[in-house]
Amino acid sequence: MELQAVLMAAGGGSRMTDLTYNTPKAMLPVGNKPLMWYPLNLLEKVGFEEVIVITTKEVQKMMSTDLKIKDVKMKLDVVSIQEDGDMGTADALRHIQPKIKTDILVLSCDLITDAALHEVVDLFRAHNATMAMLMSKAHEFTETVPGQKGKKKTAEQRDFVGVDQSGKRLLFMANEADLEDGLSIRKSIMRKHPRMLIKTGLVDAHLYCLKKAVVDFLTENKSISSIRGELVPYLVRKQFSKTVNSQKLKDDIDDQTQEKNDGPANHELLISSRDEPLLQLAQERSCWNDHRGDMSEAYHGGKLRCYVHIMDQGLCCRVNTLAAYIEVNRLAPKLFEEPSVHPSADISERCQMGSDSIIGALCHIADKTSIKRSTIGNNTTVKEKVKVTNSIIMHGVTIEEGCNIQGSVICSNAVIGRGADLKYCLVGNGQHIEPEAMGSKILVWTKKSRDILHS
Amino acid sequence: MADSGVIDGPGRKDEIERAKSEGKDLTKEEKQRLRKEKKQQKKSKEKKDDKASQENEKEKKPVTSAAPAAPASQPPTKPTMQKAPSAVPATAPVSVPASEASGPADKPAKTKAELKAERRARQEAERASKQSKKGETGQQATTSKPKAPPSDLQPVVKRLPEHIQVDNPDVLKKLAKKLERQQTPEHYAAKKIPLRLDYGYKVSLFSHLHQYSRKAPLTQQLSIPSTVIHPAIVRLGLQYSHGIVAGSNARSVALLHAFKQVIRDYTTPPNEELSRDLVNKLKPYISFLNQCRPLSASMGNAIKYIKKEISNIPSNCKEEEAKSKLLNDIESYINEKIILAGVAIAKCAIEKQKISDGDVILVYGCSSLVNHILCEAFEKSRKFRVIVVDSRPRLEGKEALRRLVQKGISCTYVLISAVSYILPEVSKVFLGAHALLANGYVMSRVGTSQIALVAKAFNVPVLVCCETYKFCDRVQTDSFVSNELDDPDDLIVTRKGTTPLEGWQNESSLGLLNLVYDVTPPDFVDLVITELGMIPCTSVPVVLRVKNVDQ
Repeated sequence: MELQAVLMAAGGGSRMTDLTYNTPKAMLPVGNKPLMWYPLNLLEKVGFEEVIVITTKEVQKMMSTDLKIKDVKMKLDVVSIQEDGDMGTADALRHIQPKIKTDILVLSCDLITDAALHEVVDLFRAHNATMAMLMSKAHEFTETVPGQKGKKKTAEQRDFVGVDQSGKRLLFMANEADLEDGLSIRKSIMRKHPRMLIKTGLVDAHLYCLKKAVVDFLTENKSISSIRGELVPYLVRKQFSKTVNSQKLKDDIDDQTQEKNDGPANHELLISSRDEPLLQLAQERSCWNDHRGDMSEAYHGGKLRCYVHIMDQGLCCRVNTLAAYIEVNRLAPKLFEEPSVHPSADISERCQMGSDSIIGALCHIADKTSIKRSTIGNNTTVKEKVKVTNSIIMHGVTIEEGCNIQGSVICSNAVIGRGADLKYCLVGNGQHIEPEAMGSKILVWTKKSRDILHS
Repeated sequence: MADSGVIDGPGRKDEIERAKSEGKDLTKEEKQRLRKEKKQQKKSKEKKDDKASQENEKEKKPVTSAAPAAPASQPPTKPTMQKAPSAVPATAPVSVPASEASGPADKPAKTKAELKAERRARQEAERASKQSKKGETGQQATTSKPKAPPSDLQPVVKRLPEHIQVDNPDVLKKLAKKLERQQTPEHYAAKKIPLRLDYGYKVSLFSHLHQYSRKAPLTQQLSIPSTVIHPAIVRLGLQYSHGIVAGSNARSVALLHAFKQVIRDYTTPPNEELSRDLVNKLKPYISFLNQCRPLSASMGNAIKYIKKEISNIPSNCKEEEAKSKLLNDIESYINEKIILAGVAIAKCAIEKQKISDGDVILVYGCSSLVNHILCEAFEKSRKFRVIVVDSRPRLEGKEALRRLVQKGISCTYVLISAVSYILPEVSKVFLGAHALLANGYVMSRVGTSQIALVAKAFNVPVLVCCETYKFCDRVQTDSFVSNELDDPDDLIVTRKGTTPLEGWQNESSLGLLNLVYDVTPPDFVDLVITELGMIPCTSVPVVLRVKNVDQ
């Protein structure tokens, strides 16, 4: 077997707590499908037959009842971890290390993309890389985010990604938060790769192909807890470290002290394969080199290599903020050619429905309603004379007559009273909005914060 | 007019037969006379047939008194059928004067001969009509095979290999079917080795070869955790198509390495024998690799060797033993044929003074063997300098330059366009080979033949270094019949921000050609250095024969 897929679905959605208050992030509906269905679909399309899903017990329960997830033909090996255990992604990998027999492809449940996965995996295979990842050009979210007053401040911190001339080899990766005194690049990198392109407008898709040796390294090195935050920058730095030498035995390394820059690593990353001398022979006889102009052999003799595939076209979105969630609800349905209206929905003829709206199963849409650019979940009831524009209505919602909902997110099982007028609001799970309520840019998700709404 | 020729045949034949039967009586003069008369008859018959076909309605021939009664409105589709009766009486009066010349004793035999002639004429006429219905032009009666092929699409003389028949749609369909059939039975449908599609416009002279694009790898159509094809083979195929493993020796070594992994991971299915099943398992892998990049001659020989070793495994051998034996065989093959052969060739070249002090050696491109020889010679303290000749688009000479300079050899670097400028300085030319063909031709990187040609013009000795495992049975005299077309987009280069060839696909009269190999005739090669010794180019078939006898 070549690659094992691992789906990380235990994330809490810490940057969109309003939505994930009641529903775990992995099961948030996007275009009427649970969020984790998208990466599973991506894996299934590409040809995977088995996926290891790391998630919480709550999500596991929800998965067993969800129709769409049952539709997935792959074999899902669900591993549940403690919800409050504060486990990072690398910790989770360590947890499932006994199941891992070969190189892995790690995905996050909040990735929605139509990328050609073979591009990433080909880089991983062809160059015998230790890590290959996917990144995409970011674009601004233009929709107004409900519940936010005023212009949104860019609290997001940028990532600085350095690639070589070909745009494939990853040379440098750091987050703005770690670069307080400015960006410093080691001389050894500059000597080997004199031309480096540093990009900041990229979004990390959190899709990594990792060699099995990395997982083994993680089991010994318990200090690394996050793949994105710690493991990836470590690997990128290690490419140019002087002590990377796969022929050294492990006992040697235990005695030595690591360089200070390399952080917490105590054990060497052993990357070797059987018949190493044959591979070496083939490389020596081959008249190929990945760079020109200096005296060193291909890859500068380095065994640890990190590659990145940067997508410039197509959809690649990580749903970890509210703005992303809204954006993705708009774009995700376009990935699939499914009918926008579920056949079991009951829609009256005098309903004006735009072509970019989606209606879920078993809905009741009454007369004289207008639904534009919106997503309506399963089992929702929309009564007469309701205007829904630019909104996301989740499952089981009841909207009484005469409401006007614009740019809002209404979570599951909420009830919007008669004649309510909501603009850019977020209504939490199971909330009841009084009739004739009017609100603009308001978050309603606990009883306490409902005081802002006035009739 | 095929018809006249056809009908002529029986007329002549019957005369010849008659002449033969009474041939002992005929004297020389009579034979000569017979020959003259035959010629005349032929001419007159042709004229008659012409007239008969053109002026079907009018009858002006006094000779053909027995002309057909219904010449008018002869349907063109059946000219022969109606000509046959006209020809038969034509032959009859024609044969009459001939028979008169031959002698009175022939008269009773005439009637038999006439009947024979009639029968034969009818047969020929029928055959001719059938042929004319099927396809007229290009059908020559003189085919080398007695069973003439019915359609134009099949080559007449010999079955050509399919990789040089890309412009033939039937062959492509056959290839697709073959790839389908090669899927392993336990996988359900839709899991087969995909067919890689050609890319871009192919120059017409080379339209019979495949041309693939590097940006469309074969892995696009495979599932990602590849189950149909072993992951080591997928990796190898990718490395071939990206050019990461390039060069005949490197490709063979990498192939054998991948096969070692395949054999290690192989388990015999319950009711099968390892010797048969493993060979069948390897077939789809080889087709896959062939699609990624056409196999080289050295790879072909290595595959033959492995297949032979696998099929020679006795059936009572346990799986573990068999596998370890195969792995050892592969190791020893690499060791003997590649590593030790390289050492032997270097030793041979250096000790026999092929590299002497003060030499100026010209090398072309990056040949692993030639680089090895030069490095060894430098270590044995020979004083020489090297001129590296390079060519686009691969620019492999830069890699050769790097390796030689790293050792400390003083080098000069030129492009192939300057080779006639630099040759007066050169004392010897060392070339590597991709394969040595059975007629003594050397197949090597494109440009080698030009170097050899110019070197010959300057009277500089050309030495080709090649291991014996690269010798192959093929015969080729030109570089068109069998070659490899690389990605044409490699020729596009950006200088100072502009890319002139960017939109080459939109120009209807522009085609980009990126050839990989060419053949050098043995007249330009002075010596071939192999591990068996230094042989002239024409001794290659001898070596092949000796190798076959050994095996």
